[in-house]
Amino acid sequence: MNIVIVAVGGQGALFASKVIGAVALKQGYDVKVSEVHGMSQRGGSVITHVRYGKAIASPIVEEGTADLVIAMEMLEGLRAASFLKPSGSMVLNEQVIHPMPVITGKMAYPEDIPGKLRAAGINVYQLNALAIATNEGNSKVANAVLLGAAARICGIEYDVCKDVILSNAPSKYAMVNVHAFDRGYTVIKGMGK
Amino acid sequence: MKQLMLGNEAIARGAWEAGVTVSTAYPGTPSTEITEFISKYPEINAEWSVNEKVAFEIAMGASIAGARAIVSMKHVGLNNAMDPFMSISYPGVNGGLVVIVADDPGQHSSQNEQDTRWLAIAAKVPLLEPSDSAECLQFVKDAFDISEQFDTPVVVRLTTRVAHSQSIVIPGERANVALKSFDQPHGKYIVAPAYARKRRVVAEERMSRLAEFSETTKLNRCEHGSTGLGIISSGTGYQYAKEVFPDASFFKIGLANPLPKEAITAFVKTCQRVIVVEEVESIYEMVIKSWGLNVEGSAVLPRVGELSSRIIREKILGEAPDLIQTMPESQIPVRPPVMCAGCHHRGPFYVLKKLKLKVSGDIGCYTLAASPPLEAMHTSICMGASIGMAFGFEKARGKEYAAQSVAVIGDSTFWHSGLPGLVDIVYNKGYTTVIVLDNSITAMTGHQDNPSTGKTLDGSAAVALDPKKIAEAVGIKRIREVDAYDIVALEKVIKEEVAVQEPSLIITKRPCCLIKGQKVSEKKCFVNIDKCIGCRKCLSAGCPAISFLNGKAYIDALLCTGCGVCSSICSLNAISTSEGGAA
Repeated sequence: MNIVIVAVGGQGALFASKVIGAVALKQGYDVKVSEVHGMSQRGGSVITHVRYGKAIASPIVEEGTADLVIAMEMLEGLRAASFLKPSGSMVLNEQVIHPMPVITGKMAYPEDIPGKLRAAGINVYQLNALAIATNEGNSKVANAVLLGAAARICGIEYDVCKDVILSNAPSKYAMVNVHAFDRGYTVIKGMGK
Repeated sequence: MKQLMLGNEAIARGAWEAGVTVSTAYPGTPSTEITEFISKYPEINAEWSVNEKVAFEIAMGASIAGARAIVSMKHVGLNNAMDPFMSISYPGVNGGLVVIVADDPGQHSSQNEQDTRWLAIAAKVPLLEPSDSAECLQFVKDAFDISEQFDTPVVVRLTTRVAHSQSIVIPGERANVALKSFDQPHGKYIVAPAYARKRRVVAEERMSRLAEFSETTKLNRCEHGSTGLGIISSGTGYQYAKEVFPDASFFKIGLANPLPKEAITAFVKTCQRVIVVEEVESIYEMVIKSWGLNVEGSAVLPRVGELSSRIIREKILGEAPDLIQTMPESQIPVRPPVMCAGCHHRGPFYVLKKLKLKVSGDIGCYTLAASPPLEAMHTSICMGASIGMAFGFEKARGKEYAAQSVAVIGDSTFWHSGLPGLVDIVYNKGYTTVIVLDNSITAMTGHQDNPSTGKTLDGSAAVALDPKKIAEAVGIKRIREVDAYDIVALEKVIKEEVAVQEPSLIITKRPCCLIKGQKVSEKKCFVNIDKCIGCRKCLSAGCPAISFLNGKAYIDALLCTGCGVCSSICSLNAISTSEGGAA
């Protein structure tokens, strides 16, 4: 399984990749997770790679081979589309964060990103994770909502995921993360295309 | 038990298992987490050093005093530590001395792609290159054994993808390693020529013995597969090549300096075609070709940037997959990193740009001031260079040019290597103005403490060094402290200080907004849309909390920290600051 997580620095891509990696390890797979640290975290594009299977060599997902892209921001989802294999899926958070060229008026934020992704043949699971997370009481757990959605799509066992979140999230925020995960897991049912 | 571990964490674990008791480092991506993980082991005396040279010297002293010591840095950090690194090679060590150097192919967070393998060759020091976390752990332990067996410092070279990837490791127990005797033969650690000439011969003999060791060590291994294609590789290049050619024969290099000539020769002779897969520099290829062997490498694979399985597939097999296309890449806006909302650095650079000063910058978060829309930094070359370079501007263009330029440096970088530049300006009668951006932390690498934060790596209280007192002590008479958010005062002070005919130091103060446990201001800035005429002036400070909506400025209350810089910039007073968060 090849998963790419894209986000804007600070959205929690690292936590999401850590959880998926830990779940895959628990299920007995070989796992590699490639993270991003340093400069790009200051509000820049962030990409993490998670690969698991019988034996994994490269820690990086090759373009055109991802089973799933988890996009925590729409423009980043658009940018990452080329990672997907032809029948690949994308969990797309509806959140929009303007990058500096858009803020300064040099470029336009692309219109109808979900439509463009669907037109390219991608199986798009679209949700407003920020609104769901805010409903749960903490806007910062939007990443856990998306993780829930991704878990169902990947066929990852709910309980394993829940245990891993409980042991990886800071204890103060463990339960709200689990609730957010649960909402994402539930809301995705029957969605797609 | 199997664990998923970051390469850097596995290095830390390996050091602990090897019985290390002393660890030093200066933070630098992608090496920083090694020392953060090491600090969790109570058996290891670990510190953030003031710079890599001092870090190296402390580890070197600890080794000679009999302990196992580890020093960690990013690739360009080794340039700072080059003097001790080159100089300890001939004398050798006592307790094991391992130098972890993390290279950054692809320049994710660095000014260059320099390859540490060259430097190990130049220093006549063995170099090990792990390719995943399990090897990070094991190779560090092996490096300590080699260091003590051959009486030499040993480099373990990481690259970003090894340092910052998680893979499976099986942790072991800590070895009990006793302190070695401090009584070594007289003169071994004296590099005065009479002694050092003798050690020069020893260093050559040592490399010959290491070359023999390289032939038999398990660090290098041959993986027999199809004899049609043979791959010689190391580090992450090995993983990428394995992905593309699972059935090929591999010669996997673990001990990269010195290379095993006989083993590689035998391998090359069994394969019809041999390709050397190495990132950035063609060092293995050059050495192997010098033995008269026929291998390919740089003619097939690029010498610039990171390798990937995709590049290997494309360049060697000529396969390029059809990728999903949504819209032309040129129409997808890039998202470069930006200064955070409420960043200490925004105000000073806004003012510097307004005053049209030539800015000699340095390395840190504030280097982002070079990017649009601020574009308020004109040079940024290496750690600490800003101060000497600004003095160079003055020397080149005449003393009056000091009124048109400034040096700008962060607090951590100032302590790292900025201070000698300041001393030079005073000593050599310069007029240059130096601005220290004091945000109370080493921010870019993820918030490490430094000599002015009042805390050490273990979180305990320490003397907080004051740049002001240091400047006084070296003889600077004009020292000003300004609130980094007060751009009116900043403008006045900078104008005054660049104009005077003597050196000045300006210290701008405000802690980084992201420091943990920092009290977050309840204040929020908001746009009065009746007053806003949509002139976009506030956008010129590059705050990610401000965007443009329906012809007016809009401030995202979730991101805004209420610093008020935008409000000071707006000439129509259309931005106000509230206590509660109205937006």
